[in-house]
Order: sequence, then structure tokens, then C-alpha cells
Amino acid sequence: MMGSIDPILLIASLMVASTPILLAAIGELVTEKAGVLNLGVEGMMIVGAIAGFAMAVETGSPLMGFLGAALAGAALSLIFAFLTQVLLSNQVATGLALTLFGIGFSALIGQGYTGVRPPPTPKMDFGPLSDIPVIGPMLLRHDPMVYVSILIIAAVWAFLKFTRAGLVLRAVGESHDAAHALGYKVVRLRVLAIAFGGACAGLGGAYLSLVRVPQWTEGMTAGAGWIALAIVVFASWRPWRVLAGAYLFGGVTVLQLNLQAAGVAIPVQYLSMAPYLITILVLVLISADRRRAAQNAPASLGRVFHASS
Amino acid sequence: MLKLERRPAPSRLWTAATPVLAVIATMIAGGLLFAALGKDPVEAIRTIFWDPLFGEFASYSRPQLLVKAGPLILIAIGLSLGFKAQVWNIGAEGQYMMGALFGAATGLAFYPTDSVLLFPAMVVMGAFGGFLWAMIPAVLKLRFGTSEILVSLMLVYVAQHIMSAASFGMLKNPEGMGFPGSRNFQHYPAAFNGELIAGTGMHWGGVAALGAVVAAYVLLSRHILGFHIRVAGEAPRAARFAGVSPALLTSVCLGTSGALAGLAGLFEVTGPAGQITTDFASGYGFTAIIVAFLGRLHPVGILLAGLLMALTYIGGELAQLTLNLPSAAVQAFQGMLLFFLLAFDVLANFRIRLAGRARA
Repeated sequence: MMGSIDPILLIASLMVASTPILLAAIGELVTEKAGVLNLGVEGMMIVGAIAGFAMAVETGSPLMGFLGAALAGAALSLIFAFLTQVLLSNQVATGLALTLFGIGFSALIGQGYTGVRPPPTPKMDFGPLSDIPVIGPMLLRHDPMVYVSILIIAAVWAFLKFTRAGLVLRAVGESHDAAHALGYKVVRLRVLAIAFGGACAGLGGAYLSLVRVPQWTEGMTAGAGWIALAIVVFASWRPWRVLAGAYLFGGVTVLQLNLQAAGVAIPVQYLSMAPYLITILVLVLISADRRRAAQNAPASLGRVFHASS
Repeated sequence: MLKLERRPAPSRLWTAATPVLAVIATMIAGGLLFAALGKDPVEAIRTIFWDPLFGEFASYSRPQLLVKAGPLILIAIGLSLGFKAQVWNIGAEGQYMMGALFGAATGLAFYPTDSVLLFPAMVVMGAFGGFLWAMIPAVLKLRFGTSEILVSLMLVYVAQHIMSAASFGMLKNPEGMGFPGSRNFQHYPAAFNGELIAGTGMHWGGVAALGAVVAAYVLLSRHILGFHIRVAGEAPRAARFAGVSPALLTSVCLGTSGALAGLAGLFEVTGPAGQITTDFASGYGFTAIIVAFLGRLHPVGILLAGLLMALTYIGGELAQLTLNLPSAAVQAFQGMLLFFLLAFDVLANFRIRLAGRARA
């Protein structure tokens, strides 16, 4: 029975399955590195999913869809930014509000789009490279967003590690009071980080509705945003580990779907639980090593910054 | 230039006034949203907030108010204890489902008994199911330091799949002609949670919700545990010096909120819902988060907020019928309410001052 699962196809579909959570997670990583905990990833993702879908359907261009999704995600995250950075509200509660609002709002604007087919996103053409046995079909026949998502990871890694702005961002996340005392614009930087997180979550959502599924259904993210939040913890706030984490979760999802298709004698419902249970398991394993987990978390994560002078 | 100045303690006046302001702002913003959808905004707001109570179908919709408010209040009271102590249980939806499942399974195991002990046993099992489900994030947090936010939320999806597995497997009605779903409790008098007073919508869930409001009020204002909960949230360091055990507090908050959510699920499945089905989950667990905040985490506030939120549910259904307003509009509306509430909170926590030019 296991023989019917082709490893090459498995890895190829794993990359596609991981891309939405990968995008959302890397965005959230930047937000959290700046010291802001945004629990609204799920909401921004699903609004990105419908905004990207609607945009792509109306213009006929998937590229416009992805752009629209990134804009919509960023716009939604700015509500969060305004509430938490200007009006100094509690980040956990505001993030939850963002998710609840996003789910309702997306269903509202998505009314006319159920059952519609989006324009297909073309695959990348690497010429003869795509015909290399094994590697070709496994890695080099995807749509551009798969490669874009990996590029974003590399860019975030380089930004945080090598640039001055990246250093300032990390400083703001570690100690906003010290960064403020040094004259850095804590609030401005955090708003930018939140908007970047929103744009990435929007892209991730659009990837779901335009490539992965591809269709619009209410509540289609089904917890992907929350899994992205878990992956940031799993990755101990390091960009490349986000990639590893997302691909691991993608792998579990794809394997689980393959087992369903192969007709394994486990009821479908129990297989569908697997990604969520694995998320919990991984969180436990990561958090169990308390010292390391505490070392890597940005020290000001989730704390309200109020400049008294 | 406006400037925020932190108040030494939240203003009591503004704390009480912000929910009212938030509701008014939501009505205005919601009206604009409905206008953008091409509906008459005044008509839509009236349909949602006025007609369920005094409109032409009020005799049907008024009892629904208690039916919907019961589970919301019950769950929100539990959540508010945790939120006060900064313990974030956001998986009440899962605990609600597990409570329904445990309670219903107990009842169905003894089918077709007519013992009077059956319903109390189901109530206990329902609370136990929710408690058990909430203790998973509690134990993982205490033992490994895992975030209770993420674990409790992941468990919602797990519970949803268990629910679906149960309605296709273990709990499927043997006389259901192959359709998924359990036996209907309406045809099982010993386990049915019917209206206590005909025409009011009051069933045991509503009674339990009122009981929870009173109990939480007493706990928070008169009992040392309630004091500990408040201190742990407002001054964690002081709480530790005072000998408050964070572990105990986390377990109590998560366990209680789980048990209450479980109760809400049990009363729902044996009453208004009638059976275990794949689409039993109704979002009460998530809406209750809004109810808890809108009620300012105060038992009496939650009672009022629960009634108001129930009103938007019923009004939303009414607007769906009469105005063709999409059902999701109400969800967006409820989310907006929480936004406005959090935004207006700045008035309670800060003074807004007009800052003069800084002197050199």
C-alpha cells in the first residue's frame, strides 16, 4: 500500500503544501523580532486569500492577485498596528480580534466567489534544467511563488544578520526602552514590521486560494495561520529554521493526504488530526528545553511600549 | 500634538463607558458596511438590534435570546477568570465540543433508560470532558512551558475531527438509516434538556449560566482565590511574593473554563442542537472571547454582554431572512465590536493631554 506513494511527487507536493505557512511564518518572525506578538495571522491570511482570489479573478492575472493579497494583508495588519502601537492595547486580545474579524470579513466579501475558478498560475520554466531526472520534477517545476518564498527567507536572514536596519529591529525587539533611549523610532519600526508580517500572511493566504486548492471556500485557512505562529516558536526565531519547520509540517500534511488516498485502514478524521497533533508535539519538544527557548525569544515580545518622555 | 499620560489606575467611569461607546461606534461602522453592501443601513441596524425583541416575529425570537446567551455567558465567565490572570485559553470551542461529546456518549450508553440519575450524570461527564480537554494545555504549560494559546487552539481542530469521527462511527444512530449523527435527544426524555418554563427559552444551560455569574462574582469579590487571580494578572511579581502558586492558578483557570465550556456543550447538545453531528460546532467558544472582553471580565458585565451578543446572533439570522444580508456579516460585525472596544480602552488607561511645545 505504501508503494503507491511516489517519493518524488511527495516532495514536490510537500513544497507546495508548505508555502502558505512558510510565507505567513516568516512574516510573523519579523514582527516578533521587533517585539510584537501578532496573533492575527489567521485573520490576515484568510483576508489575503479572498483579496488575492478576487483580484486575480477580476483582472485575470495571478500576479495582480498576489499583489492585492499582500496589500490587503498589510492593510489589515495596520489596524492591529494602530491599536497596539498608538492606542497601546493588549496585543493578545487585539490579535484575537483581528483573527475573528478577518474570518467574518473574508466570508462577507467572498460571497460571490464560491465555485469560481481562478486564472491558473503558470509554472516556472527553467528550460532544460527542468528535465533533469529526479531533481527536475521534484524541485524545478513549481510556480514562481515557491521560489519567491525561499527568496524571502534568504532576504530576511540577510537583513537581520548583516544590515544595520536589521540590527536596530532586533534591538527594538530585545529592549524597546534602550532602543528608544538611543533615539531609534520604536513605534515607526514596529509598525513597519507589523505591515511586513501582514503582507507575507496575505501572500500565504493567496497562495492557498490561487495555487494550493485553488478555489475560495469560507474558513479555508483552517488553522494554517496558527500553525505558522507555532512554527516561529519551533524555529526559535531563526529564518532558515522556519523553512525547515514549514517543510516538516508540509510533509506531515502531504503524507497524511497520501495515506488517505491510498486507503489506509485508519478513519479519515484521525489522519486529518495529524498536523495539529504534530504541532502540539513539536511545541512541547521545543519548549521542554526551557533555557534555550528563553534565550532565543525576543525579550520585549508582547510588551506594550509607552514612551513616558 | 496629543499625548498619552498613563493613569495610576484605570478610570472606573471610562471602564464602564467604553463598552457603550464601542457598541455605538460599531453600529455606525456596521451601518456604513451595510450601506457599502447596498442595504439600507438604518433598516439593517433596526433589524439586528430592535426587531428580535419588539418586531413582528418577536414572540418567536425572544426565547432564542436566552438559548443563545446561555452558552455564551457560561463560557465567557470561565474565560474571564483566566484572562484576568493572563492565562489565555482560546480553545473554548474545543472544550465545548468535548463536553458535548462526553455528556452525550454517557447518555447514549444507557439508552433507553428512564432513570432520573441519568441527566445529572451526563452533566457531570460534560463538565469533565471540557475540563479534561482544557487540562491538556495546562499540564503542557506547567510541565514544559508550552504556550497555552497555541495548544488550546490546535485542540479545537482535533476536537472537531473527533466530533466528526464520532458522528460517523461510535455515536452514530443505529436507526439513522446510515446518515451520520447520533440519536436525537428529543426522543430520549431522560436525557433531554427541554425548556423549563414554556415559551421563555430558559433551559438548564441558562440556569447554569446565571449560577456561574453569581459564583464568579462571589469568587472574585469575596474569596482569596479570586483575589489571587486578580493579583496574578495585575502584578505577577507581587503575587509571587504573596505566595500565589502560578502552577495552581493556571490549572484552576484553565480547568474551570474548560469545565464551564464543557457544560455549555452538554446543555446545547441535549437541548437546542439535539444530537451530535459533524457541524455541531457553532463558534460560541470564539464569540465568548468577545463577550468576556465586552463584559470587562466582570461577571455582571459578561451577563449583559452575553445578552447583547445573543441579540446580534438572532438579529443577524433575521436580517438574513428579511434583508438578504449574508450570515458572515454578523461575524464581521462582532469582530469590529472587539476592535472598537480595545481602541476605546485607551481612554480608561490613559489621560489624553494636549502637549505644549517642549521647552528647550
